[in-house]
Amino acid sequence: MSVQPALVVENLDAITTLEDGKARRPSRRGRVGAERKSAPLTILLILCAITVIVPLYVTLTTAFKTQAQAVDGNAFSLPAPFSLEGFITAWNLTDFPRAFLVSVLVTAGTVAGTVILGTFASYAISRNWDRRLFRWSFFYLLAAMFIPFPVVALPQIQLTGLAGLDNPVGVTILHVMFQLSFSILLFTAFLRSIPAELEESARIDGATTWQTFWKLIFPLLAPMSATVGIFAFLASWNDYMMPSLITSDPSLQTLPVVQSIFQTQFSNNYNVSFASYLMAMAPAIIVYLFTQRWVMEGVTQGAVKG
Amino acid sequence: MTTMTRARPTTEAPPETRTAAVPRRRPKVEGIYYAFLVPSLILFTLAITVPAIIGIFFSFTNSIGFGDWQFVGLINYVAMFSDPAILQSYLFTFGFAAVTVVLVNVLAFLLAVGLTSQIRIKTGLRAIFVIPMVISGIIIAYVFNFLFSNSLPLFGQAIGVEWLSSSILANPDLAWVAIVLVTAWQAIPGTLLIYIAGLLSIPGDVYEAADIDGAGKRQQLFRITLPLVVGYVVINVILGFKNFLNAYDVIVGLTNGGPGTATRSIPMTIVTGFTGGDYAYQMANATMFFVIVIVLSVVQLRLSRGRNEL
Repeated sequence: MSVQPALVVENLDAITTLEDGKARRPSRRGRVGAERKSAPLTILLILCAITVIVPLYVTLTTAFKTQAQAVDGNAFSLPAPFSLEGFITAWNLTDFPRAFLVSVLVTAGTVAGTVILGTFASYAISRNWDRRLFRWSFFYLLAAMFIPFPVVALPQIQLTGLAGLDNPVGVTILHVMFQLSFSILLFTAFLRSIPAELEESARIDGATTWQTFWKLIFPLLAPMSATVGIFAFLASWNDYMMPSLITSDPSLQTLPVVQSIFQTQFSNNYNVSFASYLMAMAPAIIVYLFTQRWVMEGVTQGAVKG
Repeated sequence: MTTMTRARPTTEAPPETRTAAVPRRRPKVEGIYYAFLVPSLILFTLAITVPAIIGIFFSFTNSIGFGDWQFVGLINYVAMFSDPAILQSYLFTFGFAAVTVVLVNVLAFLLAVGLTSQIRIKTGLRAIFVIPMVISGIIIAYVFNFLFSNSLPLFGQAIGVEWLSSSILANPDLAWVAIVLVTAWQAIPGTLLIYIAGLLSIPGDVYEAADIDGAGKRQQLFRITLPLVVGYVVINVILGFKNFLNAYDVIVGLTNGGPGTATRSIPMTIVTGFTGGDYAYQMANATMFFVIVIVLSVVQLRLSRGRNEL
């Protein structure tokens, strides 16, 4: 499980501090340090950051090498000549468009399913907390955070097979179910912070429950939906274990799973395999670059790998 | 589960106060609320609860995944304790998780201290340090696989260090080191962000007072910062440990459990029940694993509740 969020209920102070950290921080040691930025510490951290960059740099450069250059063992040289043959071969070998489409559909289904089921259930639960059924449902649905996939993997493989769901649809449903606890936890916490007067006034204006939810509450939940959606995206896009075990037809596998062909065949065509890895990881990195804020806040709000 | 509500009142407390504040008490729950809740309940029950019950049930049988089966009582559980393959996977997984959790927390904490200090390009550096979190575990493991089996041996030969001259992934005594390093590489960002939040929640005047009293930077770190973020340490250590027990993707990408079965984790052993014909036996293993995860979760809730009561 790559980014499977689990229960860490941070206090709300922590969430706000991460947001306004920039504003707060300078005043903190400001009087003593007088806004002096530490150059040695910056350099030390840049050196640490290089360990993050190196594998990505190697992936990028190797992908653009010719096969002859890729096998010479020097992982850190720049591509010379610059070659796209790796990408072309990888595109055909992994049937990239099909694997990409499967990954996109599974991920989109997981994000949509998690946000829709999560907001629906959370709204019902938080507005009927005085009812036993709804209260118990909350704890029941939260229990999944204590059940890692490996524990239920074998029966799930069997049952999805029996139900004809040993395909990306089954993977999508399971991805949603494993994301649901975390999203309900975040959504119910957020719903509690919405003033009751807001909903009351909508009711007085004659809105039905559905209208109140759809026109008022759902839009208000948007920032939380963004966080939940991004974590569902990362968990689903990057997952290997579940699709590799659940989906029985190899031609319906997701991008991370199809990369395994480079472990058995074509194992010396490093330029091809790295081009393929690059194409598989690039979408997640691009999404991250545009959504950094939500990713970082999401972690402190309650998302941690579990 | 109720302990959870008491764990952190800020986010977990039941919204009874809010419901009570609503003046109009609904005598009957509107049907639409059931329509909102029931799909989740049904899907959840079918996808997770039913498999969990089936799994536990079959752990007391001799089923091979299909066909006839009989109840065999606790035989599967008893057999586990004298099965070298199972014992080895538990030993490896717990050892690996313990080493990784220490490494990840020490590095993430130090990085968090650095990233909340007065430094340049703070935002840019934070953005870079979070990247590993968004990359697929199996794919980055394949990339590291290349580095460990091709580049590192070349480096080892160049500097003349024998144990580095061949792939450490093929060395039964060292392969786990590679797994620890790659897992840590991926796990540091999440841990780091929690520590950053923890460090930022410490009020600045605490440090000002310490400065006035003449406390040095090192003293401030050990006497002020660490005690004040101890709750975050507890969360990171237990969640990290639970997370590392589930190691699968990274190991598949690096060693696939090898050499031999030296680096086979508990989840990898469980999954062999699918192809190996010992379905019921591995379900007993999974149930055992489940109990361990539950115990860790209870410890986590107890510890975090204890912190709140302080």
